[in-house]
Amino acid sequence: MWYLCVFFHRLLDYRKPEVESLAELYGAFGDSDGVDGHGSLEWKLPQHHHPDSPFHFVNLPSEVVARQIANRSILVKGIYEVWGDGSNYEELEEAIRNYPDELKLPYLTSESTFKITVDSFGKNISSQEQSNRIQGLSYIPFKGRVNLKNPDHKFCLLETDNYGSNNGLPPVVQRRLFFGREVGAADRKLLPTYQLKSRTYLGPTAMDAEVAFLMANQALVRQGKLVFDPFVGTGSILIAAAHFGAMTMGADIDIRVVRDGRGPECNVWSNFKQYGLPPPISLLRADNNLPPWRPGLREVFDAIICDPPYGVRAGGRKSGGRKLLKGIVGPYTVPDDKRIDHIPSTAPYSLAECVHDLLDLAAKMLVVRGRLVFFYPVLREDESNGETRFPKHPCFKLIAVCEQILSFRYSRVLLTMVKMGPYTKEVEETARLKHLEFKENHLKWLEEGNLHSAVFSPADTHLDLGEESKFSKELKPKYRGKYV
Amino acid sequence: MLSCNIKGVTNGFPLRIEAEKVVEKQVDFNADFLKNMFPKIEWKALVAAAKSMGYTDLPDQAESSMIDSEEFLKKFHHALLQLHLEEGALICPETGRRFPVNKGIPNMLLHEDEV
Repeated sequence: MWYLCVFFHRLLDYRKPEVESLAELYGAFGDSDGVDGHGSLEWKLPQHHHPDSPFHFVNLPSEVVARQIANRSILVKGIYEVWGDGSNYEELEEAIRNYPDELKLPYLTSESTFKITVDSFGKNISSQEQSNRIQGLSYIPFKGRVNLKNPDHKFCLLETDNYGSNNGLPPVVQRRLFFGREVGAADRKLLPTYQLKSRTYLGPTAMDAEVAFLMANQALVRQGKLVFDPFVGTGSILIAAAHFGAMTMGADIDIRVVRDGRGPECNVWSNFKQYGLPPPISLLRADNNLPPWRPGLREVFDAIICDPPYGVRAGGRKSGGRKLLKGIVGPYTVPDDKRIDHIPSTAPYSLAECVHDLLDLAAKMLVVRGRLVFFYPVLREDESNGETRFPKHPCFKLIAVCEQILSFRYSRVLLTMVKMGPYTKEVEETARLKHLEFKENHLKWLEEGNLHSAVFSPADTHLDLGEESKFSKELKPKYRGKYV
Repeated sequence: MLSCNIKGVTNGFPLRIEAEKVVEKQVDFNADFLKNMFPKIEWKALVAAAKSMGYTDLPDQAESSMIDSEEFLKKFHHALLQLHLEEGALICPETGRRFPVNKGIPNMLLHEDEV
């Protein structure tokens, strides 16, 4: 059945993939995700609307699924059963009158309570005008009482209009009105509860609560599942996974972040305690480049969700010691008396090698059909040249790419991959050879893969005044930025 | 789940536990999760690990039919999720290398000469 899905106007690329992932989570596709690894929904744009508009019609199998999706989603404001839509109030009235009575009357009974809200996109409607609009709906035979706090049924009158193109919002060519019954809406208490500013233990790369929940939804996190984050840091991603009921595990190479935190009451464990969530079943200090898993261990995690170091603000590290790997110094032994608290030297870990190791880990340790969800940095100028290439692996299918613009120079994309097939001997052998290749060519990878210098190099080496338009106008419209 | 990963070691699993401080945590019982995890666990290693932490109630052998018994699941739950090694070490069976465990976190990083 078709429903109107109204999104929050944020993180536009993430909206539909989130709804589709949640639809899969709530069984909308049955067992038929077949060859593609995931199901997809039918979407329709309302008349006169632009794809970036917050209003989209979506075909969902039932009201129950629609409500579940709306309640868990971060970007869906509400899902409505539309009783009528039109380009003016006369058309709207006609549409509503024509909507079948058997679908309307059950919600208009005298024993029930209701509430009507007026909402608009792109402009403000004063409360007097809202009141007038509601009065204008009196042809609908509401028999029940109004209850503004906790009504049985909620209705919404939505208005979008041609408000001109200057305010940076997606263009609407002509006015469109919708009237519908609310089937489900977002849990608006979720983000304020988990927002980073009130979190006990934070680090510079702690994942924003909104994005962490989006990642958890993309990974189909639910009760009874085991989620792993190989770059756990302060645990911000695992918090989101734990909120949705999963058991969690994390690892990080930096022991000070994972074990010590900033003190006994300010560490990863205390973050979980702050929200009353079950703590991770284990946290490790480990290096993903030389991981400590037992050799035959396979298919243990239901999802791997992480934010690997891009090498821009926070570089990755792996075991070895810079000088050791460059061959400047031979392998050395730390004397026994210094061994106990010795923090082994680490060397810079290029993004290419880091992602290779992550994919290898995921290919081994994810169950089949399990999801790998992670961020990957991209230079925006690569996009305009059509060159963006995302990491690939024979065991995985890439099912979603969601961009979040971070600065003039670069963005990050959330990649969602599904593990389609088992980790075979061939895959293992290829990975082993690649690992050795990285080791031999340690220096080469560092210099060539250097995102940091591409992002932070002085402006005049990249742009002439004439070329500036290449970035801002053609790539994405003006209203696309860090939050939209 | 962990094994010794020093270059050249072939028989690095299972790591022996040297327990100095064991803490029992309170974790909510979740039967689905336990049934999910059961086939992935090396049972003998779990029994040995639990014993070295002072818990001897786990049966020495386990088959998948046992996960239907609530009593078994409760013991499994206790050993897997509630016994927590706070201080101690994990020891490689082949080389004797100690991976220290502090504040509940095992440090699996290799020293420069083991890479």
